[in-house]
Amino acid sequence: MTPPQKAAFIVWLPFYTLLQKEVRRFLRVASQTLVTPVITAALYLFIFGATLGERISVLEGFSYAQFVVPGLILMGVINNSFSNVASSLFMSRYLGNIVDLLVTPVTPTQFIMAYTLAAMLRGLAVGVVVWVISLFFADLPWAHPLAALAMACLASFLFAQFGIIAAIHANSFDALSMYTNFVILPLIFLGGVFYPISILPPTWAWLSHLNPLFYLIDGFRHALLGVGDLSFLVSFGISSIISLIMFCWAASLIARSYRLRT
Amino acid sequence: MPVSALSIKNLSKHYDSTLAVDNLSFAIEPGEIFGLLGPNGAGKSTTINMISGVTRIGSGQITIFGYDNQRDYRMTRSVVGVMHQEVVIDNFFTIDQALRFHAGYYGVRDDAPWRERLIEHLGLKPHRHKVMIKLSGGLKRRFMIAKALIHRPRLLILDEPTAGVDVELRHTLWAFVREINQQGTTILLTTHYLEEAEQMCDRIAIMNHGQLIALEATSTLLKELGTRSITVHLQTAIKQLPENLFCQGAELNASGTILKLTLSSSQPTGELLRNLNDSGLAIDDIETSRAGLEEIFLQMTKADRVEP
Repeated sequence: MTPPQKAAFIVWLPFYTLLQKEVRRFLRVASQTLVTPVITAALYLFIFGATLGERISVLEGFSYAQFVVPGLILMGVINNSFSNVASSLFMSRYLGNIVDLLVTPVTPTQFIMAYTLAAMLRGLAVGVVVWVISLFFADLPWAHPLAALAMACLASFLFAQFGIIAAIHANSFDALSMYTNFVILPLIFLGGVFYPISILPPTWAWLSHLNPLFYLIDGFRHALLGVGDLSFLVSFGISSIISLIMFCWAASLIARSYRLRT
Repeated sequence: MPVSALSIKNLSKHYDSTLAVDNLSFAIEPGEIFGLLGPNGAGKSTTINMISGVTRIGSGQITIFGYDNQRDYRMTRSVVGVMHQEVVIDNFFTIDQALRFHAGYYGVRDDAPWRERLIEHLGLKPHRHKVMIKLSGGLKRRFMIAKALIHRPRLLILDEPTAGVDVELRHTLWAFVREINQQGTTILLTTHYLEEAEQMCDRIAIMNHGQLIALEATSTLLKELGTRSITVHLQTAIKQLPENLFCQGAELNASGTILKLTLSSSQPTGELLRNLNDSGLAIDDIETSRAGLEEIFLQMTKADRVEP
């Protein structure tokens, strides 16, 4: 057996391969990664769109279904972007197959880009399907479609970074699920998915401004409906700053191979 | 002067208060099969992990084909292939898919004929489309060898490749390693099967407590440190050992017909024969056996061994 000559090194290929692997990973278990979140969102849509929603009005000029759909789409984006990277990276650490990457020339930039982009693709795919299902319950005005896309991308990017941070800091499956149950879930429910912050008493409304999800959800809803609690630029600006902070945090962990290399 | 395939200088690594690797220095020349031996906890895997990049270097320097493995890590990692001691696999994918991915991580395009040859040569062909979780332990190990070679590394590191595998796979593996080596791949291996190391390796380094305690060509190590066991069968039984043989450490069996003694590599056999002759013993037969690497290894490492 004669080994062929050493092939040329293609700089972008490690990134592309890792991205491809991550996308195939979630497609391979699509029933868990895509179908389950869509069913959950569809149930929310049914309850708040077709049943309870008929009796609730929180935003003048819009049905409750129209109000709640942007929040539900973004909830799908956020949950799935986070879960994708958190479970994949944590499992790699837990099972030890992360060394398969550590011994290769994959750079920290390629590592973080591939995991982030795969997480964003899953999050946005779930978001699109939830939107398609929502068409049965509510017709959205799509006031600023590009702005809506930008906010959805920002939300998925931010929570992909959070997923990386959680996967690296978690020591067990229990610890990892705590990030979902005790951080993301309360932030989503208190961030204005189901009600506008403006209807809260002043203290709670003020406290809600400390919730980063509030800016993402309000900005996304503003882009879709044309109205929001804050101006779109404020929501977008604050969300961008938070995303940048989370990215720097995640990038610093990956660059130092924190808890990856011994 | 040609650059070494691997050069390690003053390498050290602490884990908290434990010194896992202590000021280690050695070099491996291109084309060698080099054995790194030592008891459990000697620091072999830590050394290999520092070479491959899984573990950070504490202090010292590692260069691979002249490139620093910290500064030029992309270059060094692209020329090294590692088969880890633990079975490391991604259960989601098939053998075929995982090999394609692995080539991509190394920045080389999938070379289907080469992948095909590895799969065929390692007996993985009937299993290539099975997901990893369905493979037996032996097949997983075969896959790990293919994975380490998929990007055609110039330096192949095998950390305990035959630990817990059956005889057939061991034979397949060693034949394959020899073949790869003959094509120009430098091999660094660790093994607990010292007979294999004796047969496979051009040079052997022995580590203990993180330090290098021997580094020789395998033949030199066996010659300089090896001993010979001599068994003399006598025609007639004797009751007592002659003085000159007793001084040489000979032992007589209960029936008085067999005497055994050990000669160091520097003691000529002729001297023993003369002593036997001078003692007037009638010799029926003489058996000699040379101590292998296993005895040498035990001798060298037992001094520091702590009884449990």
